[in-house]
Amino acid sequence: MRLPLLLGLALSAAALLAALVSLFWTPYDVTALAIADKLQPPSPAHWLGTDHFGRDIASMLMAGAQTSLAVALVAVGIGMGLGVPLGLLAAANRGSLIDEVVMRGNDLIFAFPSLVIAILITAVFGPSATNAIIAIGIFNIPVFARVTRGGALSLWTLDYIRAAEVAGKGRIRISAEHILPNILNLLIVQGTIQFSLGILAEAGLSYVGLGAQPPTPSWGRMLAEAQTMVTIAPHVALFPGLAIVLTVLGLNLMGDGLRDHLDPRLRRAA
Amino acid sequence: MQRYLLKRLVSLALSLLVASLVIFAAIEVVPGDPASYMLGLNASEDTVAALRDRLGLNEPVPLRYLRWVVGMVQGDFGQSYTYKVAVAELVAQRMVVSLPLALYALVLAVVIAFPAGLLAAAKRGRVADAAVMGATQVGIALPNFWFAMLLVLAFALHWQVFPAGGFPGWSDPVQAFRALTLPAVALALPQAAILARVLRSALIETLGQDYIRTARAKGLTGGQTILYHALRNALIPVLTILGMQFSFLLAGAIIIENVFYLPGLGRLIFQAITQRDLIVVESVVMILVFAVILVTFLVDLAYAAIDPRLRKRT
Repeated sequence: MRLPLLLGLALSAAALLAALVSLFWTPYDVTALAIADKLQPPSPAHWLGTDHFGRDIASMLMAGAQTSLAVALVAVGIGMGLGVPLGLLAAANRGSLIDEVVMRGNDLIFAFPSLVIAILITAVFGPSATNAIIAIGIFNIPVFARVTRGGALSLWTLDYIRAAEVAGKGRIRISAEHILPNILNLLIVQGTIQFSLGILAEAGLSYVGLGAQPPTPSWGRMLAEAQTMVTIAPHVALFPGLAIVLTVLGLNLMGDGLRDHLDPRLRRAA
Repeated sequence: MQRYLLKRLVSLALSLLVASLVIFAAIEVVPGDPASYMLGLNASEDTVAALRDRLGLNEPVPLRYLRWVVGMVQGDFGQSYTYKVAVAELVAQRMVVSLPLALYALVLAVVIAFPAGLLAAAKRGRVADAAVMGATQVGIALPNFWFAMLLVLAFALHWQVFPAGGFPGWSDPVQAFRALTLPAVALALPQAAILARVLRSALIETLGQDYIRTARAKGLTGGQTILYHALRNALIPVLTILGMQFSFLLAGAIIIENVFYLPGLGRLIFQAITQRDLIVVESVVMILVFAVILVTFLVDLAYAAIDPRLRKRT
C-alpha cells in the first residue's frame, strides 16, 4: 500500500472514530452552556478552546462528525439504492425506451445544481437535516446510474455474459449475478468520492442554515456562528474548517488509493 | 452538423420543458396552498383569499402553468410579493453582481489551473508534479465558504487590501472589482484544483500518442511539443469540466454571496426563502437552471466545433 492511501485511511478512520465515540462519550456536554467560559483559546482543559456559549469545541467537532458522516452516508445510500438498479436496467436494455428515459432523466437532475435542489426542497418543506439528505441524495442518483451503466455496458459485450444468456438466464438475473459483482470496485470508488462531496455539501447547506438545525451540532453551522466572531476568536472558525478539510481530504485520498489498489492495471502503470 | 444541431436543440427544449414542470410542481402544487404558505399561520382567511385571487390560484393548474411559462418567455416573471416590484427587475439588478462574479471566478480558475496543470504534466513524477497534485488535493477538500472566511481574515482584516464584504456598485469599476476579488478567489480556487487535475491527466494521455513522438523527433523541445501539439488535443475534456464548472460557480456564488454580503442572485434567493416569497424563488431557480442547461448546450456545440469526430457519430 502506498502512502496517500494509508494517510487517507488514517484520516477517514479518525473521523469515523470521533463520530462513533461521540455517540456515548464527549469530553464535555455539547448542549450545556457555560457562558462564563466563552471564547477561551485552546488550553489543557479545552484542547480546542470554547465557542461563544462556552461549549467545548473539541466535543462539538466530535458530535458534528456524527451529523456530517450520517448525512453523507444516507445520501450515498439513496444514490446507490436507486442509481445502481437504474443503471443496470438501462445497460441491460441498451438503446430501449427505458435506457433513453433513465439517461435523459439523469441529464435533467444534472441540470439542477445540488444546491438549487436543496433550496427548492427547503423553500417548500423547511430546513432540516432530513431535507438536506434528500437534496444531496437526489443528486447522487444520476452519478451512480451513469457509472453503473457505463461499467455494465462494457461487460455486456463479454463472452461469459453471452454464455450466461445462452444458458437461459434472464437479463435481470445476469445483471444481479454477473454484472453487479464485477462493477463493485467502480461503485466503491465512486461511493467514496460521493461521500466526501456529501460532507462538503452538508457543510455548505448547514452553513447557510438549510441543513441540520440547532441543537444538532454541525460543522457547517459552527462555521456560520463563528463568522461574526472571527476577529476576536479566530480559533472558533479555524477548527471546524480544518475538520471538514481533513475528513474530505482523507476520503479523497482513500478513494484514489483504492482505485489504484483495486485495479491491477493502474497499479502496474503507476 | 445540421442534424447534430437539431438533435441538441430538441434536447435543449425538452430539458427546459421538464425543468419548468418540476419547478412549477415543487413550488405551486406540492405545498398545497401557496397563498397560505406565503402569509404564514396568523393570516386571516380574507387576506389568504385575496392573495389567492391576486396570484390567480383559483384557476386550474394547467392554465396557471401555461400563464407562468408564456409570461417568462415574454420577460414577465411576475411580481415579488415582498418587494412589490417586477421579479424581472429584481433579477436584472442582482445579475450585474452574480454574473460578473461567476465569470471573474472562471477566469481566475483558468489562469491558476493552466500553468499548474501544464507544469505537473511536463514534470510528471517529479517534485513539481507531486507538489501541484498535493496542493490540488487540498484545494478540492476546501469548503469555499470557509476559505472565504480565511481570505477575509488575512486580506481584509489583517492586511486590509480588499474590503471584507458589501458591493459599492459599478459606478466605480475599480472599487467594484476590488469588492469582487476575494469572493472570486474563494470560488475559483477549489475549481482551479479540479481543472488542473483534469488538464494534467488529459495532457499525460496525449503525450503518450505517436504524433507527439513524431513532433519530438522533428526536433521540437518538450515545452514546444506540449504547447503546440498536446495542449490543443487535451482541451476537449478540459472544456467539459469548464462548462460544468460554470454552473457550479453560479450555484457556489449563492453561498459565497452570503459570506461577503454581496447583493446578488444568491442573497436574493435566501431573502426570498425567509420571506416566503415563492414567486421570486420560483423564477430565480428557473433562471439558474436555464443558465446551466444553456451552458451545457453551448459546450456540446463547442465540442462539435473542436472535434469533428463527434459530429459524424450522431
